[in-house]
Amino acid sequence: MSKAPAIAIKNLKIALPKSGERSYAVEDVSIDLIPGEIVCLVGESGSGKSMCAHALMGLLPDTVKTEAGEISFGGKNLLKLTEDGWREVRGRDIAMVFQEPMTALNPLMRIGDQMMEMFEAHGLLTPKERRAKALNLAKEVGLPDPERIIRAYPHQLSGGQRQRAMIAMALALEPSVLVADEPTTALDVTTQAQILKLIRNLQRSRNMAVMFITHDFGVVADIADRVVVLRHGKIVEEGSIDAVFRNPQHDYTKALLAAVPSMDPPARAPLDETNKAVDVIGLDKTYVTPTGWFKPDRRVQAANEVTFSILKGETVGLVGESGSGKSSVARLVMRLIEADRGTVRIGDVDLTALKGKALRDQRHRIQMIFQDPFASLNPRRKVGQIITDGPISHGADPKKAMERARELLGMVGLDAGSLDRYPHEFSGGQRQRLGIARALAMDPEIIVADEAVSALDVSVQAQVLKLLEDLKARLGLSMLFITHDLRVAAQICDRIAVMQRGEIVELKPTAQLFASPEHPYTRELLSAVPGQSSPSQAA
Amino acid sequence: MKKFWKLMLRNPGGVIGLILLTVAIIIAVFGPMMFPTSPWRMVQRPFLPPFTNPMVTLGTDALGRDVFAGLIYGARVSLLVGLVSTTVALTIGVPVGAIAGYFGGKVDDAMMRGTEFFQTIPSFALAIVLVAILQPSIYSIVGAIAIVSWPPVARLVRGEVLSLRTREYVQAAVVTGQSNSWIIWREILPNTISPIIVLASLMVANAILLESSLSFLGLGDPNLMSWGYMVGAGRTVIRQAWWITVFPGIAILLSVLAMNLIGEGLNDALNPRLAKDSR
Repeated sequence: MSKAPAIAIKNLKIALPKSGERSYAVEDVSIDLIPGEIVCLVGESGSGKSMCAHALMGLLPDTVKTEAGEISFGGKNLLKLTEDGWREVRGRDIAMVFQEPMTALNPLMRIGDQMMEMFEAHGLLTPKERRAKALNLAKEVGLPDPERIIRAYPHQLSGGQRQRAMIAMALALEPSVLVADEPTTALDVTTQAQILKLIRNLQRSRNMAVMFITHDFGVVADIADRVVVLRHGKIVEEGSIDAVFRNPQHDYTKALLAAVPSMDPPARAPLDETNKAVDVIGLDKTYVTPTGWFKPDRRVQAANEVTFSILKGETVGLVGESGSGKSSVARLVMRLIEADRGTVRIGDVDLTALKGKALRDQRHRIQMIFQDPFASLNPRRKVGQIITDGPISHGADPKKAMERARELLGMVGLDAGSLDRYPHEFSGGQRQRLGIARALAMDPEIIVADEAVSALDVSVQAQVLKLLEDLKARLGLSMLFITHDLRVAAQICDRIAVMQRGEIVELKPTAQLFASPEHPYTRELLSAVPGQSSPSQAA
Repeated sequence: MKKFWKLMLRNPGGVIGLILLTVAIIIAVFGPMMFPTSPWRMVQRPFLPPFTNPMVTLGTDALGRDVFAGLIYGARVSLLVGLVSTTVALTIGVPVGAIAGYFGGKVDDAMMRGTEFFQTIPSFALAIVLVAILQPSIYSIVGAIAIVSWPPVARLVRGEVLSLRTREYVQAAVVTGQSNSWIIWREILPNTISPIIVLASLMVANAILLESSLSFLGLGDPNLMSWGYMVGAGRTVIRQAWWITVFPGIAILLSVLAMNLIGEGLNDALNPRLAKDSR
């Protein structure tokens, strides 16, 4: 800590527009970024961590105002800069990597041109030199076949490659400070591990100061030198990684660390092997997109001979990276999309053979909990209606259905007064509880949870998972649990199926899968989970 | 609802539009009480210039009819045609768009080709033909305007439904076993209301213009005084008696402008995020 900070935020105070929930987005935040050090800014959604990053780049939205504090960099207070002054600093001294590489790159510009634009914007080098630089950068961030890739368009690259290109752009002018705002959140675990390693290496070799923003404690454990924990716009704890993880002082930090699911699967009660709730046999699904008259159609196989069964009271996990077809399988099982081939049996009913009214009558037996708590509730219907619509359409008495909805709200830990409110009045976690209540209102035998906790903050995630477990045990439900997060899967699943490119490559009891993975892909996935070597396991 | 009005009133254009529309509605409803006699009746000598006789403030036309009375009765016709034909167009366009968007595939293809058939014919020409065939009357005019103005509604609704259909709350309704009609009416259409309202306000303006154009060409309802008819009738004597055409022309301008301003204001109020970005 003896080194002088490259950039220092001092007592920053950013006012939010009035009528908001709180009056300050960030209050009295002071952070020093020291060359050669990665500072992780951790916090749940709404903690003000992105505000800090945007303040560093002078990218705050017009609706907020910096009321006090300064950001000192090279003897200047950046907050006093004009727009022209900022333009000098951005890219050259401070650079940023964004969360979503697909939207942060211009889809109509070649990757190389976007890199060269960095030099052009600051009036540096000749076009020829810029090109050579871009090529070097592409090499440095480990893009394969740099010659070809700088001529490619963003959509021709994979997510990880795009993020590498973003990093190359950020590094183009050799900034002394790099701000990374959730740079790996949109990526798969294996890609995430590579990008984290890349950022770490580049930061070491260039002796940059890095501000790394994340909500994922696993990532923090892998990359941080120093950790700053934010809550409601205030710093609750700050210290070296070891100090914060081994010996957290503040209750909030302790709670956050405790909420991170562990990689050790707990022991699970044995189940009756003969009593099957669902039988999925040989599901095939290929998406065909016509590409034009003279080209062959684009085919993506989302499910290839997918076969598994779920016992009564069992939770089967379906894990895999994005594009592995796990969500498609969930929707095939629900019959939200039609399979090309294969059968889904619930008890002795063949769901795939039913049509129209007969299908609608059977649908209540298998219910779904969706990923996005904001998109899964109709914004124009009251909670009471959302929960009772299903039962009423199956012939339940409206009064009784409402009575039951009230009970269910209690069951999922919400106030019965919520019935007359609209979804937008609830937080993400509460909305997910509403989604669970809606599913339970149908008295299902099986619940399909599609990334049901992925959009939630860790502490809320832990609560919702516990609620799901409780309800499942109490009501004797079976569950198909789809997730990309192996930590969550370890905690909740009896058996786990690993999917890759539409195929189940390994299906085993959880403890066995974690202890002795057989398939190389499973091994790769397991080793890529962030934060395994970390002190967080002690928590 | 309160918030909506607050946003609406923040837009000065929208406020002006609302005021103009309110005035027009008041005139259309109560105006004829001031002129209990027919606007077709001769009240003074022909070609009386405006502001010369306090009894006929805006002068008289070629047959000595009161221009002011004509304006007031014309307001009724214009607003009525505008609102009714828009309502009819919505009742055709919304279901067509919703069904096409929701079911997709062949149904979508069939319905959209049908819609395109109407879109390829110049709408004004089609309206003229329809009115000419059906004999000019208020019903044929409303019908013709509705028939030429529903395709954009259908396209808009189809687009909205296409994107809403894949939302998770719609899927949730499917898995709880709701019927298709329930899903369309209860889950999807309520969420398409904002763009439909905005479009409808602009359609009213367009309908007023269409009606005026038809009347201008002499295809108006012969029993009803309308602004377009007045402009058309005064056209031949515009050099001698400008007031016969100018006053109804201004009336058309103001009412169309009012509906456009309201449409703009509604757009800002119903899509507050867009409005904020543009400023």
